[in-house]
Amino acid sequence: MKLFKYLSFFCFLLLGSCRASQKEVKLFLSEPFPQKLSAWHLYTETRSGLKPNNRLLPYNLRTPLFSDYASKYRFIWMPEGTTAQYREDAVFDLPIGTILQKSFAFPSGNSEKLIETRLLVHTQTGWTPLLYIWNDSQTEATLQLVPNPVPVKWTDANGVHDFTYQIPNVNECHECHDNNRTLLPIGPKARNLGKEQVAHWSEVGYLKGAPKEFPEVAVWNKKETGSLEERALAYLDNNCAHCHQPGGTASYTGVDFRYGHFQPGYCKHPNSAGNMHDLRYDIVPGNPDDSILVYRLSSTAPKVMMPQIGRASVHTEGLALIRDWVESLNKSSCP
Amino acid sequence: MANSRQVSLAATLAAALTLAACKQTPADIEKHLQEHLISAKPGAVIELPEGKFHFDRTLSLTVDKVTLRGKGMDKTVLSFAGQKEGAQGLLVKANDFTIEDIGIEDSAGDGLTVQGGTNIIIRRVRAEWTRGANANNGPYAIYPVECKNLLVEDSVARGAADAGIYVGQSENVVLRRNRAEYNVDGFEVENTENADVYDNIMTHNTGGIGVFNLPNLPRQGGKHVRVYNNQIVDNNTPNFAPKSLGAIYNLPTGTGIYVMAIKDVEIFKNKIANNNTVNVFLIHFKTGIGDAVETTASSPITQQIFAPQDKRYYGFVQQVSVHDNEISGGGKSPDSRITLLGAMAKAMGGSLTDILYDGLLDPAWGKAENSGQICLQNNTASATFLNFDAANNMKHPITDGKKYSCTLPALSAVSIPQAK
Repeated sequence: MKLFKYLSFFCFLLLGSCRASQKEVKLFLSEPFPQKLSAWHLYTETRSGLKPNNRLLPYNLRTPLFSDYASKYRFIWMPEGTTAQYREDAVFDLPIGTILQKSFAFPSGNSEKLIETRLLVHTQTGWTPLLYIWNDSQTEATLQLVPNPVPVKWTDANGVHDFTYQIPNVNECHECHDNNRTLLPIGPKARNLGKEQVAHWSEVGYLKGAPKEFPEVAVWNKKETGSLEERALAYLDNNCAHCHQPGGTASYTGVDFRYGHFQPGYCKHPNSAGNMHDLRYDIVPGNPDDSILVYRLSSTAPKVMMPQIGRASVHTEGLALIRDWVESLNKSSCP
Repeated sequence: MANSRQVSLAATLAAALTLAACKQTPADIEKHLQEHLISAKPGAVIELPEGKFHFDRTLSLTVDKVTLRGKGMDKTVLSFAGQKEGAQGLLVKANDFTIEDIGIEDSAGDGLTVQGGTNIIIRRVRAEWTRGANANNGPYAIYPVECKNLLVEDSVARGAADAGIYVGQSENVVLRRNRAEYNVDGFEVENTENADVYDNIMTHNTGGIGVFNLPNLPRQGGKHVRVYNNQIVDNNTPNFAPKSLGAIYNLPTGTGIYVMAIKDVEIFKNKIANNNTVNVFLIHFKTGIGDAVETTASSPITQQIFAPQDKRYYGFVQQVSVHDNEISGGGKSPDSRITLLGAMAKAMGGSLTDILYDGLLDPAWGKAENSGQICLQNNTASATFLNFDAANNMKHPITDGKKYSCTLPALSAVSIPQAK
């Protein structure tokens, strides 16, 4: 109480600097985390798109995870004076205090409506996931452990999208983000940021040690960025590999979708799948209709669909890419 | 001041976790159990009252040292009928987890999954699909995988389209006094090292229990499994596994115990009776699953896209001691759906033997007649035996079980801290 009075007094005296502090992102590194997203001072404006505060850097992924056609807005912030260390084959080594922000919005009328904002905060004890759910007026989002599902509906060139968007709960963050039971970021890897963004991160001081040249993944839906196979591999890397890799949630299945480590299960029986429509192999080369991979991507039934969480609709375009790729493989009948 | 407020809040919250259930309505529990599982602190005991609680998403726990306790496997029921999201009922990825006295029903996929935990206790848990045997049921009812120091006791599994009680890629395991019925496989011990399976009842499944290794799984080299004092009887429920479950689809209806591609297995003092295809089935991977691995490895596709043969895998069965069992009434009505067994039964006048061995030997073991060290000792005298000489198209079958009369050193008991 006393402290608070002092602080108020201080602010009163130094009004300018206190106001200025609003212009900086505010970092919280331990419990209790703020109930309101606004406490982090991440944005200067939220009602007509998220306008980032100082040093909150927007970024995009070349081939992102599909999340029910949600628009995703990604930002990264690091404390002044800190910087990430480049790594070629994994997420950058990000300093303590890093905030990764991903906001999800769906079409609404002529614009978009924010549904949720996920933070991954790099604390001294590891990465902490936080889920904030936006209010209708888009002025504030509130911390929740187990958010309620949200019905969404819009129409675009593909027709009417009408489904219930399942916001993952805090535990479900671990489903995708855990490796050997340690929660890690997934997105900001050199290959999926691409050279342009990596150079920009280096320029603004968020990254050191980055070379000019390194391998990039294809952009899954841009033919000029890679062959059919390269685009399919990029898609599988970013939609499947977070679980299907050693140490990941689905490591026990024995398939690996990581770029450069690719072992997707040609003519392989699944280990513990449920009823897959009487299909017998993960992938039958040349035959998408007989491939469990394709069947799972085309389903929204809880035990059939892949990924297991985070989508309630079929990614028609992604499915088509994977179908085409399986079709393109040398035809082979599995034993 | 801020600090003291935090502490008292935390204390209130912790108290609420253990007491909340007593004061909550079923709707409250349905709404808030997941939150409790997330905000539980290590050491928390979450008590659930009697009642049937409905969930349409997977429940999950990642906090270590949590106990989830109900009032009885038929009294406190977590029902996932009509599940909308998630492929499991309850999914646990935590150490020192105990679940007891809870029923788990009708999950979309597996009932209770415990992945990658050390010191796990599953006690008096019932995991079941209430519509009975059905291809659309989840694969596994009780499904601990990649665990260390695991105890499953006094539990019940019914209706699984693969295995009722499955333990995979784990070490130091005790499964005792459980009941598995109306599953495809009652029990499976897969790619697991050091397991004791005793005092269980396995009945009315397609097969009672499988002890085996499979390729292409991260953990290889399962061994040292003791199966004793179990009742493995009347496992004749027609195989209802969907084709997509792979290996299990080929499990013959009417199998008692099968031991495949593994060494150091001791099977003793069990009652193994009236399993219509075979009571005891000792086989190489090829006999059980077919030639998938070898064929795949040599196919041009494999070479093209480097899905390798699993070089760590060893498909032979060896060092299996079957002794002091009561074995009777097996092979009376073999499953003709399995080509090999159907042909064999036809050649033998319609029935198979109690004990079937494919006789496949690794040349590296030398030329001794029983270089695989399959030992049959002091089982029911009338139990019939056949080595069907799979290597030579059944040219030189051996029906005299006495040729396999030998003993192997007894395997040591599995010791885990929670089963003293």
